[in-house]
Amino acid sequence: MALPSLTGKSLRPARPLWAVCGEKMLELLIRFCGVSAIIFVLAIFFFVFKEAAPVLWSKNFNLTQFLCSPEWYPTSVSNVRYGVLALIVGTACVSGLAVFLAVPFSLGAAVFISEFCGPKLKEVLKIVIELLAAIPSVVWGFIGLTVTSKIVQQMTGAPVGVNILNGGIILALMCVPIIASISEDALKAVPDTYREAALALGATRWQIVYRVLLPAAKNGLLAAVLLGVGRAVGETMAVLMATGHAVNIPHGILDSVRTLTANIAAELGEAPAQSEHYRILFLTGILLFFITFVINVTADFVVRGIRQK
Amino acid sequence: MNSPRIPSATTGTESGSASRFTATPFVRKKERREAAAKWIFFSMAAAMVLPLLWLVSYIVVRAMPSLSLDFLLDPPLRGMTEGGIWPALVGTIYLIVVALAISTPIGVLAAIYLNEYARENWFHRVISMAVINLAGVPSIVHALFGLGAFVYAAQFGYSVISAALTLAIMTMPVVITSTREALASVPRSFREACWNVGATRWQTIKAVVLPNSVGGILTGIILEVSRTAGETAPIMFTGAVFYKAVERGDFFPYQLNDQCMALSMHLFALSTQVPGVKPSLPFATAVILLGVVLAVNATSITLRVWLRNRKKW
Repeated sequence: MALPSLTGKSLRPARPLWAVCGEKMLELLIRFCGVSAIIFVLAIFFFVFKEAAPVLWSKNFNLTQFLCSPEWYPTSVSNVRYGVLALIVGTACVSGLAVFLAVPFSLGAAVFISEFCGPKLKEVLKIVIELLAAIPSVVWGFIGLTVTSKIVQQMTGAPVGVNILNGGIILALMCVPIIASISEDALKAVPDTYREAALALGATRWQIVYRVLLPAAKNGLLAAVLLGVGRAVGETMAVLMATGHAVNIPHGILDSVRTLTANIAAELGEAPAQSEHYRILFLTGILLFFITFVINVTADFVVRGIRQK
Repeated sequence: MNSPRIPSATTGTESGSASRFTATPFVRKKERREAAAKWIFFSMAAAMVLPLLWLVSYIVVRAMPSLSLDFLLDPPLRGMTEGGIWPALVGTIYLIVVALAISTPIGVLAAIYLNEYARENWFHRVISMAVINLAGVPSIVHALFGLGAFVYAAQFGYSVISAALTLAIMTMPVVITSTREALASVPRSFREACWNVGATRWQTIKAVVLPNSVGGILTGIILEVSRTAGETAPIMFTGAVFYKAVERGDFFPYQLNDQCMALSMHLFALSTQVPGVKPSLPFATAVILLGVVLAVNATSITLRVWLRNRKKW
């Protein structure tokens, strides 16, 4: 061990050069990996856009028609039309219904877990939520196709069971665990002093919940709902299997629709590589990328709103 | 500590002690509402749990006729209408192993960077935002990315490696987030003690931070296994096929540049693409997939609970 000396030399025993260099290399690698998430997001955008780009200058494509026309005839010989409005409406209907169904239940469950139940039940319910969130989307889609669609058909008398209602129910079941767990976190983040102050005033737990906790946690809850919407919009396999396959603007809750995601999954296999149809599907991917990007960034800003307060 | 115990006023009145306040109508109304709210919230939580139990048991019952060891070991027979799932099972294991081998090192190192090296500034925020977005990008967009980047641009073709790379990038946020949590739960004082005896940043991480958080990192990796096993859309166009001939019980049927079958893809194919399937067959496939995913998750949860109970600080 080196003792303090007056010679001005380092007090530490010198490490071998290879150890110092190795550590520098490793730190460089760590930094690179740290930035990798940004690289991946940019790469996703770049490669999807790269495949989509040539179609933007094609004579069959025009942006207004793409976004505002419900006519999706990508394989028509005489008159090719690429309008994704019906798909956008389909996505909006299914995810709207799913979120509408999921939000009350998941917020209720989150409040119950966070405020009303004992520690043991709380543990169990949190584990159940985690397991629910883990069920693969293809299994949900399979359930939608074989189980709930039959129930929907029997209950409503609809001609086909795979429709908006069925897809909405399945997507709601998928969204509930996500919204519930994030909302539970948001409720947990409310300081206990708030609860104590309300208790001291004689409030019951229900009063605490709707007078104190919900206003205090509203940003977190909003973010939870937004992330649920993001999940619903981006879900592919479940809606592919559970919503039917009709590209049309629905007139009721019992019509079959096709969503943006399901459309890509259904047609990408058939579209010849590098064809116009194929590129249009990549363009739909860009559209989806932007929708979820906006939702995620908004949710993040909403959450940051609380932290700054 | 989130559910403070509230002494119920009803028990107070029932005990009949004269020194207690008697409940006024206002208080009774308040308490009726409290009880109603409790039951409503309870039923909402139950409404979330019961479908899970019901659906799982229904699927298991419907799958019963097909479930057997032969089902696991046999390849699909007679145009996929009978037989087992062996090639799909092995394919899923291949995808998991390769995807994990790619994403775990990168994910763990990224989390180490975010938690140990990065300062709280705009750049850190941008990275976090990128991680959130990576997790939020729809799986089908990941599939498009995998097709464009790995199948065509990198010329891996439709193969295990393309599919695994796509899955790796898609599930990386799971590892990053859980590793970050595990690292953040190591108290700062541990690191300070280590720095004070002259260790460098990396020596501290190696000697103090990682050994104390390895369990948490492991739970994250296990979670990633379950995510990887369940995903369908990203592998549909990058490497998974409907059918590939594989011998019964063959453990090494695929090369890295082969296409492979996968459980999730197999379930999709059986339930939508193949006519005349034995009715219990897709259910049995769903049970196996669900069983694998839930078992893996249960392992992760058990490990987490065990670690929390023997935590020393």
